[in-house]
Amino acid sequence: MRREASATFRNTVILIVGLLLFWELAYLIVGQVALRSPWQTIQFLGKLMQTDLFWLHLADTLKAFGVALVIAVALGLLIGFGLGLHRLSGDAMEPMLVALYSIPKITLYPIILLAFGIGISAKIAFGAIHGIIPVALFTLNAVRTIKPILIKTGNVMKLNSTAMAREILFPAAVPEIFTGIRVGFSLTLIGTVLGEMFAAQRGLGYLLMNAISLYNIDLIMSVTFLLVLIAASVNMVLLAIDRRLHHG
Amino acid sequence: MSRLRLYQISVVTAFVLLLEALCLAGVIDKVTMPPPHIILGDLARMVLARRYFAEIGKSLANVLLAFTSAYLIGVVAGTILHGNKRVREILDPLFATYYAIPVFAFYPLFIVIFGLGDGPQVLIGFMLAIVAVIVTTLNGLDRVPSVLKKTARVNGLNALQTTRYITLPFCAPYLLTAAKLALAYAFIGVIGSEFIMARSGMGYEISYAYTNFDNATMYPLILLILLLSIAANSLLSRWERILLARRGQN
Repeated sequence: MRREASATFRNTVILIVGLLLFWELAYLIVGQVALRSPWQTIQFLGKLMQTDLFWLHLADTLKAFGVALVIAVALGLLIGFGLGLHRLSGDAMEPMLVALYSIPKITLYPIILLAFGIGISAKIAFGAIHGIIPVALFTLNAVRTIKPILIKTGNVMKLNSTAMAREILFPAAVPEIFTGIRVGFSLTLIGTVLGEMFAAQRGLGYLLMNAISLYNIDLIMSVTFLLVLIAASVNMVLLAIDRRLHHG
Repeated sequence: MSRLRLYQISVVTAFVLLLEALCLAGVIDKVTMPPPHIILGDLARMVLARRYFAEIGKSLANVLLAFTSAYLIGVVAGTILHGNKRVREILDPLFATYYAIPVFAFYPLFIVIFGLGDGPQVLIGFMLAIVAVIVTTLNGLDRVPSVLKKTARVNGLNALQTTRYITLPFCAPYLLTAAKLALAYAFIGVIGSEFIMARSGMGYEISYAYTNFDNATMYPLILLILLLSIAANSLLSRWERILLARRGQN
């Protein structure tokens, strides 16, 4: 187990160095007209972090994302448990949820904007609809694949439905549900940023789109880099917890 | 099976009827959303008048380009990676984290590098699709039972014959799953990019109609995109199920 972990660590380091080299190479080929080197990007990010405006945008993105995630997880769990406990509903709704998962949800954004108006609530709603479906799908499957013997045991012990959910269903389903929350986390973040890239006045996504019209390559590259860095590092931590829950 | 179908149809019908009722009752006002029957009428008129056919064709051509390139390169890359354990182990963390990264955030950068044209849109679709293809191909190749590989060796099949008679038939369902994912991602990538910033295409027309409060154009186009992607997804899913069911019987 320990050797495996150190191998993963080594591979990750090699991968990161490889990606940085690729970036540097692309910079050397394309040049200063359209790209910045990794080092220049990090330097500019450092400078950007000293401005108040940057923290205002970051805070706005994080606030919208946080609320969206809470909504996505709560509704996803509710839908997942509801459908998972009722065989017919689960079988009927699962393919429909999968189909909804694969549509370009961005086309729904104008509808959300018309309903909520431009502002933080539209971003929250858009982020949440990205996250709800994976949480619901994973929860649904987690509840459905709980070993029948566990439920029978609960019935024999005459547990009521609250005790059943708390003592048996939830603990048995936790590893799968966590996977759902991990995927939901990523997709909610993607949804929130995507929402900001269209018709927003604040947030990192807005900063990114605004930088195009200013032709500010430093800003584009450092914000993109920051977003990738946040998304990737949080996902790696969640992935490690996920693996421990599944095998531990 | 038919009970399932009935359930699904009634859920969709109930949802549409609810929207219709909310719109007619004025809970959802006209500026936000026209009632579903008007959207359907607008869509029928749009299709009959062949409006936006050029835009639709352009978007679909870009989706096809992103899909085909991601699929072909992805399958080849997956096959090569399968034979190269060292490189695969290094790339594994990338694959595990790839879909957590907001790929759309690269779109502004691509616009700066390649200009505001089809290139950045196809590239985003390609980037979203390719990793799903690689991972699914690897997954399929990993599952080829060793008894089949041994049988091939015993019968003295060369590499080409092994691929033709063993690997390809065994991996067919995985290749189909890869195609389904790649198509969905290519669609999301291209339409999404057009929507954020472009000069033409279906996604662009939707955002243009939104800016001009043109609900009579926006809603039918949204409905059309949803119908197209759901139809493609369910067709491929059905085909996938048929392949898997056939395998179960053997």
